[in-house]
Amino acid sequence: MAIGWYLGVSVIIFCIGLAGVLIRRNPLVILLCLELMLNAANLALIAFARMHGNMDGQVFAIVVMVVAACEVTVGLGMIVAIYRRRLPIDVDELKALNG
Amino acid sequence: MAPVFFFICGIGAIGGAIGVVVLKHPLYSVLSLVFHLLCLAGLFLLLRAEFVAAAQVVVYAGAVMVLYVFVVAYVGGQAEPVGNAGGPGGPAVRALTLGVVTLLLIELLIATLGSGLSAIGEEGAPYTAGFGSPAKLGELFLTDFLLAFEVASFLLLIAAVGAVVLARRRGGVGDPDAEGRISVAQLLSPEGLGTMAESVSGRSGLKDEVR
Repeated sequence: MAIGWYLGVSVIIFCIGLAGVLIRRNPLVILLCLELMLNAANLALIAFARMHGNMDGQVFAIVVMVVAACEVTVGLGMIVAIYRRRLPIDVDELKALNG
Repeated sequence: MAPVFFFICGIGAIGGAIGVVVLKHPLYSVLSLVFHLLCLAGLFLLLRAEFVAAAQVVVYAGAVMVLYVFVVAYVGGQAEPVGNAGGPGGPAVRALTLGVVTLLLIELLIATLGSGLSAIGEEGAPYTAGFGSPAKLGELFLTDFLLAFEVASFLLLIAAVGAVVLARRRGGVGDPDAEGRISVAQLLSPEGLGTMAESVSGRSGLKDEVR
């Protein structure tokens, strides 16, 4: 398969993830949609690594996975803290920092 | 054979991604994301990134998703109406969002597929032995990308400490609003008076309160 097909799949997944981040209100699902966007970027990186026959893109993809794992741990920690404070788990309700 | 495998994995990955956004209950979204990640690992295999595919399955679809499932089970994910039912904005904001996303999709497709890179329409560079193997990847990590490797490990450490600090249980099992507040009477009264409050809380007085 040509590299262009992989890039097309990557673009579609990225846009689905962006739509999810903008539409959904549960922070858990917003984190999941962020994962979708990071994975789409990973797919593009690995497709370009294959295109050039160079493994630097794969190294970059693994670093992106590390960063995604960090983001997930901190995000889930915040959700648990929100739950402990008996606050609503809904990004529309959590607007104390709203200017 | 490769095109068939590509279309199975590609359609699975896109379907899983749509499922994450569309399904109402967070637990089903997590399971849909696991399916999406497995299909994506298949695509990585087609691109000859064997080690990244294995790491994707083990780390992402295994460990990170288990973390998600635990948090959903703990928080008790409430089913939420997709789209803004009762939130600010409502259907107008949702339509605007979908319009923006569609425009971005078209623009990105033009930018990637119409970029005029001649290599985009080809299969990729000729395969060399060991491409995508753990040995080559480890060698790169320990030579060319040593700084990125060390920074990533440090970042993981900071994230672990941060998660513990964020999710830690503060104080005792009490009313979370009252916790951390000290009344004037507590400051004035000497420690160990044997009041009802001290006996209930199991603490002996002012010093524990302040601490």
